Amino acid sequence: MLRFIVKRVGLSILTLAIVSLIVFLMTSILPGDIAVQTLGRDATPEAFAIWNKEKGFDKPLVVQYSRWMGGVATGDLGISLQYEQPVAEILGPAAGKSAQLAIVALILIVPISILGGIAAAMNRGKKVDRMLTVGGLSAAVIPEFVWAVALILVFGVAIRIFPVSAFPDEENPNLISSVYHLLLPSIALLFVLFGYISRITRAGVIEALDSDYMRTAVLKGLSRKAAVFRHVLRNALLPTIAVIATQVPYLAGGLIAIERVFNYPGFGNILLDAVIARDFPLLQSAVFLTGVVIICFQLFADILFAVLNPRIRQRVTE
Amino acid sequence: MSTSITPTLELRGLEVAYTVRGIDRQVLRDVSFSIAPGEAYGLVGESGCGKSTAAFAAMRYLPRNGKITGGSILFEGKDIVDIGEEDVAQLRRSAISMVYQNPATALNPTIRIGKQIAEVFELDGASKSDALAMAQAALTKVQISDPAQVMRRYAHQLSGGMAQRVVIAMALASNPRLLVMDEPTTGLDATVEAEVLDLVRELRRDTGTAVLFISHNLGVIRNMCDRVGVLYAGALVEQGATADLFNNPSHPYTVGLLRCIPRGGLHKSTDRLDTIPGTPPALGTHFDGCVFAARCALADDKCRTELPQMVTISGAHVARCFHSDKASSMPRSVEQIEIQSTPTHHLANVGESLLDVSHLSKVFTQDGHRIRVINDVSLSLGVGETLGLVGESGSGKTTIAKLVLGLVVPEEGGVIKLDGKGLAKTLNRRDVQDVGAMQIVFQNPDQALNRRHSVTRIVSRAVERLRGFSAQSSIERAHELLLGMRVEATLHGARPVQLSGGLKQRVAIARAFAGAPQIVLCDEPTSALDVSVQAAILNLLVDLQKQDKTSFIFISHDLGVVRYISDRIAVLYLGRVVEFGASQRVFNGPFHPYTEALLSSVPNIDGSIRKRIPLTGVVPSPSNPPSGCVLNPRCPRKVGSGYESMCESEEPNLNEVEPGHFMRCHIPMAKLKQLQS
Repeated sequence: MLRFIVKRVGLSILTLAIVSLIVFLMTSILPGDIAVQTLGRDATPEAFAIWNKEKGFDKPLVVQYSRWMGGVATGDLGISLQYEQPVAEILGPAAGKSAQLAIVALILIVPISILGGIAAAMNRGKKVDRMLTVGGLSAAVIPEFVWAVALILVFGVAIRIFPVSAFPDEENPNLISSVYHLLLPSIALLFVLFGYISRITRAGVIEALDSDYMRTAVLKGLSRKAAVFRHVLRNALLPTIAVIATQVPYLAGGLIAIERVFNYPGFGNILLDAVIARDFPLLQSAVFLTGVVIICFQLFADILFAVLNPRIRQRVTE
Repeated sequence: MSTSITPTLELRGLEVAYTVRGIDRQVLRDVSFSIAPGEAYGLVGESGCGKSTAAFAAMRYLPRNGKITGGSILFEGKDIVDIGEEDVAQLRRSAISMVYQNPATALNPTIRIGKQIAEVFELDGASKSDALAMAQAALTKVQISDPAQVMRRYAHQLSGGMAQRVVIAMALASNPRLLVMDEPTTGLDATVEAEVLDLVRELRRDTGTAVLFISHNLGVIRNMCDRVGVLYAGALVEQGATADLFNNPSHPYTVGLLRCIPRGGLHKSTDRLDTIPGTPPALGTHFDGCVFAARCALADDKCRTELPQMVTISGAHVARCFHSDKASSMPRSVEQIEIQSTPTHHLANVGESLLDVSHLSKVFTQDGHRIRVINDVSLSLGVGETLGLVGESGSGKTTIAKLVLGLVVPEEGGVIKLDGKGLAKTLNRRDVQDVGAMQIVFQNPDQALNRRHSVTRIVSRAVERLRGFSAQSSIERAHELLLGMRVEATLHGARPVQLSGGLKQRVAIARAFAGAPQIVLCDEPTSALDVSVQAAILNLLVDLQKQDKTSFIFISHDLGVVRYISDRIAVLYLGRVVEFGASQRVFNGPFHPYTEALLSSVPNIDGSIRKRIPLTGVVPSPSNPPSGCVLNPRCPRKVGSGYESMCESEEPNLNEVEPGHFMRCHIPMAKLKQLQS
C-alpha cells in the first residue's frame, strides 16, 4: 500500500511540474503587450525598457520560469501587475471564498444526487427512475450560468426570497447569513451536477443489486431492505464517492461562471479579471493553483479506490 | 420411495414464464418431481433448458421478469407459491439453502468472510460474539484449513475451492432441510471438484439433508444423486433412479446426451462423437407435440402433433416418449462434414516434427516477488498431431500457449522452433507467414470476436492480413471457410451477438484457419459449450486435422475431451512438465503420481466405483515452491515408496522412462507400477 501511495504521489508531482511549464508557456504567448496596456500607447521606448526590466520581463524565459517556480516553492508568488499587491495576498482570501462556496455546494449536491441515484436504482424502469434520469440529464445540458441567471430572476427578483448577490453582509458576518447567500449559486451548480452524479450512483447501485453476493444475501434470508443496507450501499457508494472526487474539475469550471454571475469575490472571478487585464503573475499562479487542487483530488480519488479495492494494489508485471 | 413420507420438496405441474418484451415466454412446462428427506435428486440438461429456473423457483427467487404461471411448489407438504416475502425470508433463514456456481462472486468482496457467515447466525438471534464463534465452527465443519485465519480474509484472498467451501458453510449454517446446489463445482479444477463433492457427500451422510443437485456434468450427477430428472426445453422428459436412467436411457434426448460425451477410452482415431442435430428451441416456443421432436431421429407425425405422456419403463423410471422402447437403439447421428480443401503448405508427413520448444521459462513479478510460472518446459509437436496440455489452474497451461504464440516473452535461453527455424520471441517481430502459421481459438468466443463486424468480415480480414489476398478473394475465401465450418450462408452477414455459442466458436475457428495455419492452439475451446455442441466442435477439429494435417495444441480441464482428441499429452504442475507421452500411455499408466491423482478425481460416467487418490493440501505458490520435487508435500505415492528423503531434497529430472514417455519422478517405473496395481 505504501509503495502504491509513494508511486502515486511521485506521479502527481511530475504531473504538476508539466502543468506548471504549460501554464507558464501559455501565459507568455498570450496576445497583447502588457507594458503597452499599463503605460499607455504614448510611453517612450525607454519607459517600456525600464518597466520590463523592473518586472523581470526582459530575462530569458528559462530564467523567468525558474524564478517563478522558486517563488512558488517559497510562497512568494510575485506582485500582481493590476493591483500592485503580492499575488499570494490576493489569491489567498479569494481561494478561501471559493472554498466556502464549493463546500456549501458539495454539501448540497453530494447527498441529494446520491439519494436521487439510489432512488432511481431501487425503482429501476419505473416512473421514479425515468423522472430522475430524464430530469437530471435535462437539467445538466443547460449551462450553470444560464441556471444562475434564471434562478436570480425567479428567486431574487420576482419572488425575492434569496439575495441576488452571493456576497454576504460585510458589517455583520455570521455563518447562517453566509450560507444563505451561497444557497442560490449552489442550487445552480446542483442542477448541472445532479444528473451526472446520480447517474453514476444509479449504475453503481444497480451493479451491486444485480451482483451474486446480493443474491447470496437474499437467499441467506435477509429481507430486501437489510440486504440493500448491508451489502449493496457499502459496495456501491464508496466507489461512487471516489468517482465524484475525480469530477471536481467540473465543479471548478462551474465556479468561475457562477461567481461572475453572483458577483462573488472568489477565485474564479479573480482568474477571469487576471485574463482580461493580462496580469501574468496573478494569472499564472491562479491557473497553477487550480491545477494543484485538481491533481490533489485526483490523487485522493486514486488512493481511495485502492483502499476500497485491495485488488488494485496488486499488479502483475512481466 | 415410500409414499407415506411427505417429500421435502415437491413440484407439481410447475409452469414458469419470463416476460420478454411484453410477451410471456414459457420456460418450465408442467414440471413435476419430488425429493424425499435425505434424498439427492439431480437435474440435467443443456443450457437454457430450465434447470436453474427450477432451482430458483424452489427458492422462490425468480428474476424480475419471471413469474410462476401454474402448478405448485410444496415444501414439506406446504405450498410456498403464494406465501409472502417475510415468510419466504424465514424459510430461507431456517429450512432451505442454496449453493451456486461461481463461489468467488457469491461472496461480498468488501466484508470479511467471518462476518458474512456470522450474519446468518445473527439473523437467527445470536449475539455478535456468539455468531462469530458459530461461524468459525461452521468453517471447521466444511474442513477448510485454518478456519480462524479464513475468518479474517476477504473473498478475493480465497482460492475457488476454498470460496466454495465458505459458501457451503454458509448454506449449511442454518441446518437446512433442503439444499439446492446449482452447478456447485462448475469452473473448479477436477481435484478441487472431487474434494468438494466428497465433502457434500459426507455432510449429507451426517445431516440427512435433501439435495436438489443441478449440473450439466453427467459424471458428477451420476456420482452424487439417487435419482435423476432430464429437462429439455423446460419439460421433464425422463426421470428415474440414477443407475436405471444411465444404464437404460429411454428418451432420445437422454440417449443423445450420453452419446455426445467423449467418455473413457474413446479416441478420435477410431471413434467419431455423436451429436444432437439442430439447436434447442428458442425461449417460449410453443409445441403441439413432443418438445424434442424437431431434433429427434425417431420422430414421426404423431410426435409432432400429440403431446406424449410419461410412460413407465421400469419401477419409478419414466420417460415422456412414444418410442421409449426404441430410444437406446436409436440410429447414431454422425454428422458428415465436407470442407473445401485449404491450399496447404504442409508437405511433411504426419508425425514429422513441426514445433520444438525447449527450455522455456517465464518469471512474473508481483508486488516485488518473483514468480516462476513456467520452469524449463520443453515440448515437441509433430505434423498433424494434437498435443494435449492438462493440469490444475495455475499450472501454466495458458502461459505456455502465450509463450509459443509470442504474446508473452520467454526468459533468456528459451527456444521456439517451427519447422526447424527459430522464431522471434515477440509476435510483432515475427513475419506474417509465421504469425499465420500459428493461431489460437479461445474459450470465450464472445470476447474474441469483434462485435461490430459481420461474420464474413471477421474472417475475411484475417485472410487479407495473413494471406495477402485481395479484398474480393478474401471475402470468397472467408465464405468457403465459413461454409466448411458449417456456418450457413444466411448467417454470414450476421454479427456475433446474433449467433449461438457453438456458431460463434465455429466462426472463431474459421478465423483461426484463415491463414492456413500449421498449428492451432485451442485454449479450452469447448468449455463454455454444451456437450452436444462440444461434440460437433470436436468432430470439426478432427476433420480439419485429417484433411489439412493441421497440428493442435489443445488445452482443457476436461480430461475426457483431452483424451479423446490428443495424440500426446503433457501433464503440468507448477509450471513444470511432470509427465509427457503418447495419450494412451499417459492415460493407461503406470502414472506419474500427480497424473494418477488428477485422473482419479474425474467423476466416472460409467458408474464404476474408482478409488480416489487424493492430493492433500493446496497447490503451493509458485513464488515459493517446495524444495526437492515440487509435488512432494502433496504426493500420494511419496510415503512408503522408499524415496522420501530424495523426494524432499532433490528436484527430479524429466526422464525418459520408456521410449517416448517422459516422467519427472524419483520413484522408478517398476515401483510405481507395483504401487498403483
